[in-house]
Amino acid sequence: MSEAALEPAAAREETPFRRFVSEFMASKVAVGGLLVFAAVALLALFAPWIAPQNPYDLAQLDIMDGRLPPGAVGGSGITHWLGTDDQGRDMLSGIIYGLRISLTVGVGSALIACLLGASLGLLAAYAGGRTDSVIMRLVDLQLSFPTILAALMILAFLGKGILNVVIALVVVEWAYYARTVRGSALVERRREYIEAAQCLALPTSRILFRHLLPNCLPPLIVVGTIQIARAIALEATLSFLGLGVPITEPSLGLLIANGYEYMLSGKYWISFYPGIALLVTIVSINLMGDHLRDVLNPRLKK
Amino acid sequence: MEVTLEVRDLRTHFFTRAGVVKAVDGVSFTVRRGEVLGLVGESGSGKSVTGFSLIGLVDPPGRVVSGRILFQGRDLAALPEAEMRRLRGNRIAMIFQDPMMTLNPVLRVDTQMIETVLAHEKVSRAEARARARDALGMVGIPSPEERLRAYPHQFSGGMRQRVAIAIALLHRPDLIIADEPTTALDVTIQGQILAEVQKLAATTGTALIWITHDLSVVAGLADAIAVMYAGRIVEQGPVGEVLDAPLHPYTAGLIGSVPSRNRRGAPLRQIPGMTPSLLHLPPGCAFRARCARASEACLEAPALRPLAPGREVRCVHPLLEEAQA
Amino acid sequence: MSVYVLRRLLQSLLVLVAMSVIVFIGVYAVGDPVEILISPDADQLERERAIQALGLDRPLWEQYLVFVQRALQGDLGRSFVFNEPALRLILQKMPATLELAFGAMVIAILVGLPLGLYAGLRPESPGARLIMAGSILGFSLPTFWVGLMLIMVFAVQLGWLPSTGRGETAALFGLHWSFLTANGLSHLLMPAINLALFKISLVIRLTRSGVRETMLMDYVKFARAKGLSPARVTFVHVFKNILIPVVTVVGLELGSTIAFSVVTESVFAWPGMGKLIIDSINALDRPVIVAYLMIIVLMFIVINLVVDILYSVLDPRVRLEGSR
Repeated sequence: MSEAALEPAAAREETPFRRFVSEFMASKVAVGGLLVFAAVALLALFAPWIAPQNPYDLAQLDIMDGRLPPGAVGGSGITHWLGTDDQGRDMLSGIIYGLRISLTVGVGSALIACLLGASLGLLAAYAGGRTDSVIMRLVDLQLSFPTILAALMILAFLGKGILNVVIALVVVEWAYYARTVRGSALVERRREYIEAAQCLALPTSRILFRHLLPNCLPPLIVVGTIQIARAIALEATLSFLGLGVPITEPSLGLLIANGYEYMLSGKYWISFYPGIALLVTIVSINLMGDHLRDVLNPRLKK
Repeated sequence: MEVTLEVRDLRTHFFTRAGVVKAVDGVSFTVRRGEVLGLVGESGSGKSVTGFSLIGLVDPPGRVVSGRILFQGRDLAALPEAEMRRLRGNRIAMIFQDPMMTLNPVLRVDTQMIETVLAHEKVSRAEARARARDALGMVGIPSPEERLRAYPHQFSGGMRQRVAIAIALLHRPDLIIADEPTTALDVTIQGQILAEVQKLAATTGTALIWITHDLSVVAGLADAIAVMYAGRIVEQGPVGEVLDAPLHPYTAGLIGSVPSRNRRGAPLRQIPGMTPSLLHLPPGCAFRARCARASEACLEAPALRPLAPGREVRCVHPLLEEAQA
Repeated sequence: MSVYVLRRLLQSLLVLVAMSVIVFIGVYAVGDPVEILISPDADQLERERAIQALGLDRPLWEQYLVFVQRALQGDLGRSFVFNEPALRLILQKMPATLELAFGAMVIAILVGLPLGLYAGLRPESPGARLIMAGSILGFSLPTFWVGLMLIMVFAVQLGWLPSTGRGETAALFGLHWSFLTANGLSHLLMPAINLALFKISLVIRLTRSGVRETMLMDYVKFARAKGLSPARVTFVHVFKNILIPVVTVVGLELGSTIAFSVVTESVFAWPGMGKLIIDSINALDRPVIVAYLMIIVLMFIVINLVVDILYSVLDPRVRLEGSR
């Protein structure tokens, strides 16, 4: 990392990045969160090889296997460790595939929002003046409205659907990244090495992305981590409300919604286990994010 | 004269993750009734921690590990917290450095004064209020009755420090610890406050420990002086003698770096280097890396030894010859 | 002071205008206005008559002015589903949502403030660690799922609390409220707790970090140096300082609580605005959607304004600046 070498305060033997890694590793809870999240991500990535059944392949589903309790053996001879839903879908397979959709939508929208927000934030910090105030007004407006309301608004305009959910999540999230990046970019901008880069007449885009952005990374990582968790939760909520993904390829939120009516008759597993999967995913991300914030927050450091 | 406070071998250490910081490491001194002791040192020398140790307000990870703090014969270091609290603000008061920060911004001045009175004496609110008003008048705040109802931010910095001093005086304490109380103020206001504090100490017999880095303040105010360096007292004695003829090279360096009219035009002397990190204090004399007189002998930590009547110095090579010359 | 209020009012008005433009563009430019404003059951002739009547053949800016003019008169269109003015429909459902949101805020403060205070005063204690772990859980738990689990445990398994609906209501100021009857209160309890979970975590964290920062302040040390009791230092000197930011944030969160009640209302079939908007989105009852958005934006602006003014009243420092 040549940028790290430009960081004026950095001691040679202890780069900020290395110190960051070692401080992150110091917390067992955060490392635990990382491991759990890695496991969840692998599960989602290799879903077709892990899941006992392809829950989207209607040919594999047997309505006769509907609402089997956990541990029951279905007509096709598969043991349904977590039971089946009303369609006869194996819950374990449904959850693994559902994780896939939830993670893709959550991480994907967070990345797009990060790209958009960070670019606008950098632009605001670097251009200043009117550009800055227009962008920041937008950010303020966006942040003053709760995420669910903004998402509802967009889905009300655009209609339901997975793409529209992603658009809604991006619109809801970009402002956090923009504000974060602008804040730290404004601090970094005044540092000598940026002035030096400007004196060398390096192109603006190079200064922005090779010099400014890397130094805004720590807070961006914190915000990004927390926003991924929030995006996954929001997607699940929207799907639960019936505004998200289509019923044929259910995400975790929709799986939970499907179990709602059966829960009142005591068939808890259809809603319960997808919720646990959702919870484990979000908690593992939040544990990492929470510790990252402590590590990277200079105010609490003594 | 009657001894108000006798500190013997006080040690206050901070147990941080990076290691043990010996902020105060074997400090001893005595303050008599009506006497003003100037406790001098650079930032990080342990002078403020000494002050907080005396009043029992060292926060974790710091703690007083050993030593005795004999206040009117009682050892404060061994006193239970409840009894210590009865002395705090009552027999021993403290004034802090930054007047902008010492008063609670969301409480009115009367609240903050009356609670101090009521914390130690069973009197009516009206009486407590009258006491507060008188104390404000005593430190020279005009129309005190009116000012009682104001919030701290409605006062200037100097006025706030007067309020803080008034709070310290509410119970006519036997000892006041003042931690750089005039550093944040204008020079003129500093002068006024110094004059008033001196007058109060003289009339009430209150002993005063004045913590500062400013030798000129000590010169005008204190009776005795103790110079701290890296958690230890390196020199102490009557203020006039020490300032006229310092024995420790560090004291001499401090005096040399004060600009003065007499040496106008002459280059200011400075002490080379920086105060050492208390975490990685090398063995031996802590000042030796910055000292022109350092020798092999300084590798062994020198003890505080008496060199003249009432004067002590912690140095292998004191400035004896120069002092006489 | 009055200059400050006036300036804030002006800002709020600007936001309102901006939001009305966004909602207008959302409805008229992104979606198909004909589809949005005219019942899908209408025949061709009816449609054309409606297009003319609604002025959809006129330029966009003119349409916007008409939209604003009608909105100012309280006309935000008629619901296709209920065939009632959309505004009236929403106002009817508003008390249910407000009482749910207020209930949740009260619970959040009553639970969050003491826990946060404890966690801030003894940050290293096992109790504090437990509280903080719980608050992470509170942030992570998806509200709708917790709602389902609450129903499963307390309504289905234990049978202690009713699972859905508002229960009996009593009238106050001509409106119907659940919290005035024992039965209604038992219906309110579970949804309010559900909605409060996230806010409890928020209040805990705010209080804790506020306490930790305030404890480091010189004035707290000075208060201790005065010989005050630990209780007085904590509950007067520290507490009063953290109360201002906490009250401000909690106040500002009222709007978001109202918005998030969409989820809780759907889970507990609570007949409020949130349930109405979800039903309306699913039924493509767009006049109600537009009306809901405009009403909630207005509520937001009013809440932000009131909290800002309250804040300036609470904090003596802000108060002084305002009077200059």
